[in-house]
Amino acid sequence: MSKKVLVLGEAREGALRNVSFEAIAAAKTVSGGGEVVGLLVGDAVQSLAEEMIQYGADRVVTVEHPHLKHYTSDGYGQAFMAVYEQEKPEAVIFGHTANGKDLSPKIASKLGTGLISDVTAIEGEGDDALFVRPIYSGKAFEKVKNKEDLLFFSIRPNNIAPLEKDAGRSGEATSVSVDITNLRTIIKDVVRKSTEGVDLSEAKVVVAGGRGVKSADGFKPLEELANLLGGAVGASRGACDADYCDYSLQIGQTGKVVTPDLYIAAGISGAIQHMAGMSNSKVIVAINKDPEANIFKVADYGIVGDLFEVIPMMIEEIKKVKTN
Amino acid sequence: MNIYALVKRTFDTEEKIAVANGKIVDDGAEFIINPYDEYAIEEAIQLRDEHGGEVTVITIGDEEAEKQLRTALAMGADKAVLINTEDDLDEMDEYTVAKIVAEYLKDKDADLILAGNVAIDGGSGQVGPRVAELLGINYVTTITNLEIDGTSAKIVRDVEGDSETIETSLPLLVTAQQGLNEPRYPSLPGIMKAKKKPLEELELDDLDIDEDDVEPKTETVEIFLPPAKEAGRVLEGDLADQVKELVDLLNKEAKVL
Repeated sequence: MSKKVLVLGEAREGALRNVSFEAIAAAKTVSGGGEVVGLLVGDAVQSLAEEMIQYGADRVVTVEHPHLKHYTSDGYGQAFMAVYEQEKPEAVIFGHTANGKDLSPKIASKLGTGLISDVTAIEGEGDDALFVRPIYSGKAFEKVKNKEDLLFFSIRPNNIAPLEKDAGRSGEATSVSVDITNLRTIIKDVVRKSTEGVDLSEAKVVVAGGRGVKSADGFKPLEELANLLGGAVGASRGACDADYCDYSLQIGQTGKVVTPDLYIAAGISGAIQHMAGMSNSKVIVAINKDPEANIFKVADYGIVGDLFEVIPMMIEEIKKVKTN
Repeated sequence: MNIYALVKRTFDTEEKIAVANGKIVDDGAEFIINPYDEYAIEEAIQLRDEHGGEVTVITIGDEEAEKQLRTALAMGADKAVLINTEDDLDEMDEYTVAKIVAEYLKDKDADLILAGNVAIDGGSGQVGPRVAELLGINYVTTITNLEIDGTSAKIVRDVEGDSETIETSLPLLVTAQQGLNEPRYPSLPGIMKAKKKPLEELELDDLDIDEDDVEPKTETVEIFLPPAKEAGRVLEGDLADQVKELVDLLNKEAKVL
């Protein structure tokens, strides 16, 4: 049976996040030929509708309101529910981002339905689809089946390939007016800490440092390498515990789980908790002075050496490759 | 303040995971309080010490989870509640758990409910917000700071590395992110005292819950391990040559540059 699928898009700094396009691709997989409707919520999002269509949405619904400038579960919840009631979709997809994680359980609870969170792959299509998701931070995986009429899941960024952008695609964009009231939370201030705007969970390249980085200043060459590669900086728990960096950078079983195309571990020994957070990365490079370090067991390429020598040399080499 | 902390018993993070007969092998595994729930318990204790009141820790599971509740009591929680579902339920999902917790909490007049932002086993992070929605109260997830003044709450929320400063009011549910506090280890006197603190055990009947009302909405059909990652190549030779080779491999073989 074909399903009408509602996909919540997400913008950051005025641009749609990749996970929104990945969610559209996931929607096509489960729709069985049904309509894929994009939803955009914010204070000024109409200009983003076209791009959702170019990535495969059939049409887009926008909800704009000054109170939706910042994400709040109340505000976005009201906007979502208004569109849900109007569209009556058979499937709903969110990105498993900070805001998606925050909002999706509220909506599932409101609708009295199940929610399959943090999906990394979809097996099969349409009604028979099974949803693969990591458990124990990626030490194992489970395949989950939906038992309800409404299918509701969230997808982990960077795992499901988006469709190719088709600038020739067109579709309708309509706006729905929703009275956003009774917000119980007020966002007073937002402090951007992440460097260069690349989010750790969505980054294609992650350069992570451990105790071997030795100080907060020691992260500088890692940041330079990450910036050069358009990536983000991460850290092991050891580096966070030693106050070399903020806990928001921590990768591991406590902390973030990342699956970039390239993971560069510098001065990280490779505790089992850290490996849970990164071992499903596509290509892993380990740089460590200790040839016995555990991290070499999961690394595709390893260099035994001092990261403060190796990283600057890598930066120079990569610059050469990039200019050629 | 009437404070509740939601606690889950999970595998120790040191544990390797093995699968047999389609299930995670838990024989001989070490269990701990989910690390994110430890932040919730610690914050609950600190808030009680500052504002007065009582901290109750709640878990759902079998009697094995008593151990984790005793640990929470030894940290300083006042009371514990185990909702034992061993005889009633074979399968649970987040819908099930949230419904049971909310059913327990609905007439407790909680001022503040704290939980971990995610459990390191299931990893979905759904139960906190679901419970808040069922109780009709507000919630904020992944918090790294919490100040309570009367019925107002000032919160810092971690949003993928950015920090949001949020104002809201009680009653409230929050989920803890790393960095919220430094959970204490139970002291020896704490452990002695914990043995005498009240630990109530309830079953679904005691909460007037029918098994059909909490039937899971999703079903796990298979559990599997990721393919074992093979150790790759440790490069050799002069360091400068190694770096050249590495960049060349990343560029041409792995094609990730």
